[in-house]
Amino acid sequence: MGHSKFDGTGRYSKMFAQLEAKNEGAFIPFVMIGDPDKETSLDIIRTLVKAGADGLELGIPYSDPIADGPTIQKASIRALNNGIKPQDCMDIIAEIRKEFADIPIGLLLYSNLVLARGMNTFYAEAESAGVDSILIADVPIREVAPFAQIASAHNIQQILIAPPNASDETLASLGELSTGYTYLLGRAGVTGTETEVDIPASALINKLDAYGVAPPVLGFGISKPAQVQAAIDAGAAGAISGSATVNIIEANIDNKEALTEALSDFVKTMKSATKRA
Amino acid sequence: MNKLDTKFGDFGGMYVPELLIPALDQLEQAFLDAKEDPAFNEEFLSLLKDYAGRPTSMTLTRNLVSNPKVKLYLKREDLLHGGAHKTNQVLGQALLTKRMGKTEVIAETGAGQHGVATALACALLGLKARIYMGAKDVERQSPNVFRMRLMGATVIPVDSGSGTLKDAVNEAMRDWSANYETAHYLLGTAAGPHPFPTIVREYHRMIGEETRRQIMEKEGRLPDAVVACVGGGSNAIGMFADFIDEPSVKLIGVEPAGKGIHTKEHGATICKGSKGILHGAFTFIMQDEVGQIEESYSVSAGLDYPAVGPQHAYLHDIGRAEYFAVTDTEALNAFQLLAKKEGIIPALESSHALAHAINMAEEAEDDSIIVVNLSGRGDKDLSHVINILGDSI
Repeated sequence: MGHSKFDGTGRYSKMFAQLEAKNEGAFIPFVMIGDPDKETSLDIIRTLVKAGADGLELGIPYSDPIADGPTIQKASIRALNNGIKPQDCMDIIAEIRKEFADIPIGLLLYSNLVLARGMNTFYAEAESAGVDSILIADVPIREVAPFAQIASAHNIQQILIAPPNASDETLASLGELSTGYTYLLGRAGVTGTETEVDIPASALINKLDAYGVAPPVLGFGISKPAQVQAAIDAGAAGAISGSATVNIIEANIDNKEALTEALSDFVKTMKSATKRA
Repeated sequence: MNKLDTKFGDFGGMYVPELLIPALDQLEQAFLDAKEDPAFNEEFLSLLKDYAGRPTSMTLTRNLVSNPKVKLYLKREDLLHGGAHKTNQVLGQALLTKRMGKTEVIAETGAGQHGVATALACALLGLKARIYMGAKDVERQSPNVFRMRLMGATVIPVDSGSGTLKDAVNEAMRDWSANYETAHYLLGTAAGPHPFPTIVREYHRMIGEETRRQIMEKEGRLPDAVVACVGGGSNAIGMFADFIDEPSVKLIGVEPAGKGIHTKEHGATICKGSKGILHGAFTFIMQDEVGQIEESYSVSAGLDYPAVGPQHAYLHDIGRAEYFAVTDTEALNAFQLLAKKEGIIPALESSHALAHAINMAEEAEDDSIIVVNLSGRGDKDLSHVINILGDSI
């Protein structure tokens, strides 16, 4: 796993380097910021970090999330119904950053929230809140240039997606433009545990490496430790689990103690599957 | 990279998940190949003529306008098979589906008109259709749900979000991201990501081309204005396309003002919305101050959409087309007026265009020729209008 192009000083580079030294991959849970409310959400994110998450992927709730399945849609609705605004999300991130200086924090959201704030202002606010990367679910490589330019001016890494159907042209663009990490889609469709991940062949991951693509982290349909293990064994730099994490929140929404315990157990179990063979 | 322009000025683009880019590229290529293929064009034209009933008539109104200086013509898309202009482009996209070797069609529908058009084309061409429809709309539009099912389509009610058209579009796009290898997303209006706005315009442009031919035959000159309603904007762009390069022809789009554009209950995205991204395109949309999409509203379900086709946003921006808004009440008046004066029951959508055109006609000081695109017939709206107007007729 030599991603020399990405040996930098950013939090992602450091995280990947440290994990490589320990012969481990990254486990990165996703939750919707403000789900179900501001205070609980802060506690949820703290729990994820304390239980051993290597990085965080955090969503800003949006009314029309076309890349998300029912679980994450419901998380958005819970947060929106509680009046969560993008500004509240930035406040929560800033709080988390104060408590945890080193953990890479990625934002995952939809383009209209960035446009409505003003692209430059949005990235500037994300930078001062302590965000390391931004992935915009409905901005493909073909539309990313103006976003990536502003991101780089604000020391934020614009995350790109490698779909399972990526053409060589797409892989070449990824090689040229990807920063931080690459969100490798484990399958077609939308987020959710309803359809399981297809673990990509090592051949695809080697190909990404050959094109000089930022370290691939596998997402979509990952809910079990065995899937994390398989992703790492296939050469992925890590795995992201969103809907499975959010399902735990939904299932324990009325019992904070049980929620903390269940989330903590989940992260520990998933993390323990990141050891390289 | 794309072979066609993906944007109209700043508007349009392909703001979709990376996964959908190959499917959109494949569609663009199929559209371009089909354009050069005489067999494709022959089949499309023959379906339009022998199955759908093109060309549609052009009717000079006899009693509707009192101003003697004005001739108000109706382009009769209401006479097309299916009851609205929608059938044109659905036949085109259904043929493209087959050309791409796909066997299934995904579609969204609000009032059910695009769903019905999709269902009929799929029945005819042997494609399997599944149509997403907001749960509230399924309840409100039960005759159209029955029509779709009768023609073999599966109707899937969408509960998520607000349970209306925008949520049906979201769900159709989610389905497409999982099934693009076997299924085509047959988008119903000139909105969405490239290449849909271009394909839908090209497969509706015969509306304007026929209008030009028919008006030249009858009047020996081009009209002074063409008027069409705008929700997503497909019938309007079909009417406008052939006249964009004729500066003497005013292009007038009419948006739904609902209960008034000073209220929150309207769908006038160009007149009252702001720039943003929805369903794959940068255009005018209805949103709150942080960018969450707001619900639109109109008495006419076909205009009830919180975004608009990107080419309309562009035509507005450069001042080539003008957009106005007409309230529910004004549209309902025009609906009744056309029925009483001309013996034609228009769709509530088209009644918006008609209401504005009648005002233009009555105010005109010079000799003028105005053509309204009567995009659909009003049979589908009868129970809705009975509920609103009751015994007052």
